[in-house]
Amino acid sequence: MRHLLATDGLSLDEATAVLDTADELKRTLLGRQVKKLPTLRGRTVVSLFYENSTRTRVSFEIAGKWMSADVINVSAGGSSVNKGESLRDTAMTLAAAGADCVVVRHPASGAAHRLSGWLDGAGTSVVNAGDGTHEHPTQALLDAATLRERLGPLAGKRVAIVGDVVHSRVARSNIHLLHTLGVEVVLVAPPTLLPAGVDALPVSVSHDLDAELPAVDAVMMLRVQAERMHGGFFPSSREYSIRYGLSEARMRLLPEHAVVLHPGPMLRGMEIASAVADSPASAITEQVRNGVHVRMAVLYHLLAGDEGERG
Amino acid sequence: MASRPRDAADPAGERELLSAGDVARTIARMAHQVIEKTALGAGTTTLPVLLGIPTRGTPLAQRLAERIAEFAGVRVPTGALDVTLYRDDLRRRPPRPLEQTALPETGVDGRTVVLVDDVLYSGRTIRAALDALRDHGRPSAVQLAVLVDRGHRELPIRADYVGKNFPTSRAEDVAVLLSEVDGRDGVLLRTPGPGSGE
Repeated sequence: MRHLLATDGLSLDEATAVLDTADELKRTLLGRQVKKLPTLRGRTVVSLFYENSTRTRVSFEIAGKWMSADVINVSAGGSSVNKGESLRDTAMTLAAAGADCVVVRHPASGAAHRLSGWLDGAGTSVVNAGDGTHEHPTQALLDAATLRERLGPLAGKRVAIVGDVVHSRVARSNIHLLHTLGVEVVLVAPPTLLPAGVDALPVSVSHDLDAELPAVDAVMMLRVQAERMHGGFFPSSREYSIRYGLSEARMRLLPEHAVVLHPGPMLRGMEIASAVADSPASAITEQVRNGVHVRMAVLYHLLAGDEGERG
Repeated sequence: MASRPRDAADPAGERELLSAGDVARTIARMAHQVIEKTALGAGTTTLPVLLGIPTRGTPLAQRLAERIAEFAGVRVPTGALDVTLYRDDLRRRPPRPLEQTALPETGVDGRTVVLVDDVLYSGRTIRAALDALRDHGRPSAVQLAVLVDRGHRELPIRADYVGKNFPTSRAEDVAVLLSEVDGRDGVLLRTPGPGSGE
């Protein structure tokens, strides 16, 4: 692996290798006083964020530091981006300054892909940490890691992805990765929040959450992304919440073993009730914890052995 | 480090160095040496810990512990210590899958740790193991047990317990087979045939 830009196109072998490495990293770090591995000593990871983020940024920074990489954070707000520098020039600057890996989040879909084209020649790896409404592959990987931990092998399991699918890069990355891992995916959303071309995705579609819940092994609630909505996607928050929110009453429709996921940040009371988010079925804090190990695994697979690859 | 089967090579340049019986006798002898050197007995209060380096060091450590239990009547704690993340050639080789690390509940602080591996060659794996061990605690002493020492050290490292010394050339390959991993026991010396050099 040279870059991690999307889960669409990630092979079963590659995905499994990352997930297995993450599991092993979690086990090896468990209960250790010194959570530091020398693996990426002397490598530099730059996180370049053009959008707000708490968990993804912190998670990548911790992941890099636990692997002994030097991690530098650049946010658009405090950089030359504010002076009008283009993405390409910023990227070339980071590569010239010695970045081995750039972790990028950008509001434009496809930004990470463009970046990887520019940085390929410089030998710098690119990790997509969310590009517009396109993909967020490490989130999907950490969701899969969490599901594997709770449910065991994923092939043949059924997962419902519920809510604002059209604006969700998390949903898109999960659809492709879960499909690769042999999971049946059902999207549950009002028609206005389903993407165009949903027929071409390896999913089934439903508008009735109550009907789907009894048959799923996990339910993934998506945040309603008000910042990407210009116009009426649904009549009111209240109506959305009543039809597509995971309330306490609705959670009782889930099988006993089912897992509740949310990529965060959560809007408690909107797409998920507070009591549900804090219930034993919820794996939301585990998702964050696993995120660090998954990102360590991704950095390991991208940065270990890259000299050999370059020949 | 991958647990690939080791009996797939061309039989032309292959010679058996140790038979299954030899392997068992060698491990038994090493167990006696460990007992003697660490003063193991029924009255030992702080038991040493045997840590195998995956892949084949792990079952070797377990077999050593079984023999020790048989001869000295005490069960020493065993575990596995993967060194992949501590290797010094990570940049030069494609990323390897990680192997299991499992330390015994006793931990390693204040104990004698015996690292166990199948073949001692450059010594770089052991250097990585020493670094890995340091992140898990502070043993009172670290010793090394290997089934085969084939020479060609690149670091100032030597083993405390050696099953067999086999002087080899760098072109040759020493393959230790263990039934837990390979389906049978034995040690093979493989010489690249003419025209199949690396």
